[in-house]
Amino acid sequence: MHNGAVSTSPVELDEPEVADLAQTATPWVTIVWNDPVNLMSYVTFVFQTYFGYSKRKAEKLMMEVHEDGRSVVSTGSREEMERDVQAMHEFGLWATLQRSDQP
Amino acid sequence: MSAGFRRHRRSGAALATFTVFEADLLRSLAAQLIELLRHEEAAPSDADPLEQMLDFSGPTTAPDDPVLARLFPTAYAEDDEAAADFRRFTEAALRDGKAAGAAAVIEALEEAGLTAEPEDGVFIDVELDAAATMTWLRTFTDMRLAIATRLGIEDGDEERWAELDDDDPRAQVHDIYDWLGFLQETLVRSAA
Repeated sequence: MHNGAVSTSPVELDEPEVADLAQTATPWVTIVWNDPVNLMSYVTFVFQTYFGYSKRKAEKLMMEVHEDGRSVVSTGSREEMERDVQAMHEFGLWATLQRSDQP
Repeated sequence: MSAGFRRHRRSGAALATFTVFEADLLRSLAAQLIELLRHEEAAPSDADPLEQMLDFSGPTTAPDDPVLARLFPTAYAEDDEAAADFRRFTEAALRDGKAAGAAAVIEALEEAGLTAEPEDGVFIDVELDAAATMTWLRTFTDMRLAIATRLGIEDGDEERWAELDDDDPRAQVHDIYDWLGFLQETLVRSAA
């Protein structure tokens, strides 16, 4: 874009470019949150049937939801995560999506 | 009381036998769920009238009813605009899907012999294939979410419900909630 040697304020000019790159490269995540209603067996079953995860992986994610209050259950593009969140809501699970670098 | 669902060894179907009372209760809960999903307007009523008439898409704000707000959660916790867009494009389909699931449960019960005014002593045998199993699991979930939200159920509050008098209506509703949980657990096991 520009040569840093001739620029008077390279830092200022660089910033937006870096931010743009980060935006396209950063994946999105689907988070499932704990709730007092859904059965542990059902949540595991949903992770297995919808995401195609092994029973072991599905149980691990379910336990994260149960014990930590939330778990990242899938990663991908924003559109993919919107589909996953919608599917989780169809199953009655409480899910949200966000950028993976968001706290 | 129904022993819940079990897997038929040869067909892999999930089987359950309900008393007429139980089948009638399930039908009534499913009908209430449909009523709830259809009752509250899908579009926010406080919107500008012109905007409302021209807006053929879905709602953009969370439903007022706490049960509906739980059934249709906000998808973006930190971004109101994205959350509104998501809701606009998904909530109507979610509502239709959940209502269709509850309607399928009613249909299955009636096909299995549950009449409009069922007589005591009749048993209702239900047989669910893999697709119907998913529909019933989802509908059990929606019923349990609805009841839990109305009752105010929280993690680890079992004692609170056990201490209620038997004739307290909340105790009776909580018993139904527990029973639905039992049925769902046996249905997951028969399918997993």
